Amino acid sequence: MGKSTLLRVIAGLPCAGKFDGQVTASDGATLFDRISFMAQSDLLLPWLSVLENTVLGARLRGEQPDLQKAETLLARVGLGDHLQKKPSALSGGMRQRTALARTLMEDRPIALLDEPFSALDASTRADMQELAAEVLADKTVLLVTHDPAEAVRLGHQIIVLAPDAARTWPMPHCDPIRDQYAAQTVACQANLLSFLRGAP
Amino acid sequence: MRLCYALGACAFALILWQGVVWITDVPQFILPSPARVAQAAIANRILIAQNAMVTASEVSLGLIIGTLLGGATAILLARSAWLHRLIMPLLVFTQAIPVFALAPILTLWFGYGIASKVVMTLLIIYFPVTSAFYDGLTRVPSDILDMAKTMGGTPRHIMWRIKIPHALPSLGSGLKLAAVYAPIGAVIGEWVGASKGLGYLMLLANGRAKTDLMFASLFALAIMTFLLHLAATKTSDYLSKH
Repeated sequence: MGKSTLLRVIAGLPCAGKFDGQVTASDGATLFDRISFMAQSDLLLPWLSVLENTVLGARLRGEQPDLQKAETLLARVGLGDHLQKKPSALSGGMRQRTALARTLMEDRPIALLDEPFSALDASTRADMQELAAEVLADKTVLLVTHDPAEAVRLGHQIIVLAPDAARTWPMPHCDPIRDQYAAQTVACQANLLSFLRGAP
Repeated sequence: MRLCYALGACAFALILWQGVVWITDVPQFILPSPARVAQAAIANRILIAQNAMVTASEVSLGLIIGTLLGGATAILLARSAWLHRLIMPLLVFTQAIPVFALAPILTLWFGYGIASKVVMTLLIIYFPVTSAFYDGLTRVPSDILDMAKTMGGTPRHIMWRIKIPHALPSLGSGLKLAAVYAPIGAVIGEWVGASKGLGYLMLLANGRAKTDLMFASLFALAIMTFLLHLAATKTSDYLSKH
């Protein structure tokens, strides 16, 4: 099973193939209605403004959206001056920040992030990693990534999906967001990369 | 610049036409010269305008009703895979029936008035509108629909908030096609049985060997179709942008 498929199964979305088993949270309660999803593509609707994209979830459920809360969240991710702009008028980083605000607006305890920063340039990606780690700090986040540096910098726990099995990777003894230049972080990244490349 | 090219092409066609008439010396009742057609158009401007208004009414009503019916059908088909499997083959099959063959039946059912022409027009545009809009409704990227599902979106709100806005440019493309097809339906209806309209005027002019008036009516119809297409293009552009 691929990484994205795993996220889809957890999110309860249809997947090709048949999967046996049950996905549960540590509190034993159902995952239904407790998951928000952020994909590699920002999935913004081009005909809606930044503000309307952020409150899309409420609109789709037929609820009255909390526009005040949305504006506060957008200000928090640095888009307070761009509320009425359409996605086409935004940079890649701004679009992904809107998607992050939309995810936060859902206010679900579990956030599934499927390579959300992989399409961004290096500096924007680093900014977005820090922003996401900060605003999602009180949630359970499952982040799928191909980037060992991103995983080591942001993760409390890394699970490597290898062809033979999934294995837990030993982490540096400090909390994220980790200093990317710290010796422990660099060593962990290097080991992980060697493992992924199949080096002995 | 585009207007210059279009005017240039029209001028070239008119010169070619006039040249053919001069060189072949063909009788005016077979092929009138552009000048003769222009004279007939000016002399019969009120008659042509009155009949054009009738055809325009038929076409407009047919377009509006056909678009509404086609749009509603597309939404129904997009909401229910079962209904799509049941209805779509039937819709495709109806396209195999020549519209000309339907015209006498429609005249029999709906009379010689405007109703039979409106029904004819809406039948002609119904399928292109339905098909184009349905395509747009069912081609929303699956990632967006998955996101909507994880957000707990209801099918009704997903339809109104995501699928329909996403499909509006496709509906615009269908409308552009419909704008070209619609006058054909009205004119066919008028040919089969009518006492007003450009199709009727063309038949009348043909029967009296007034070929210049027939051409003038034809040009009026072409201008109407062009304007309709222009309006549909503007609508389509607006839908795509918004």
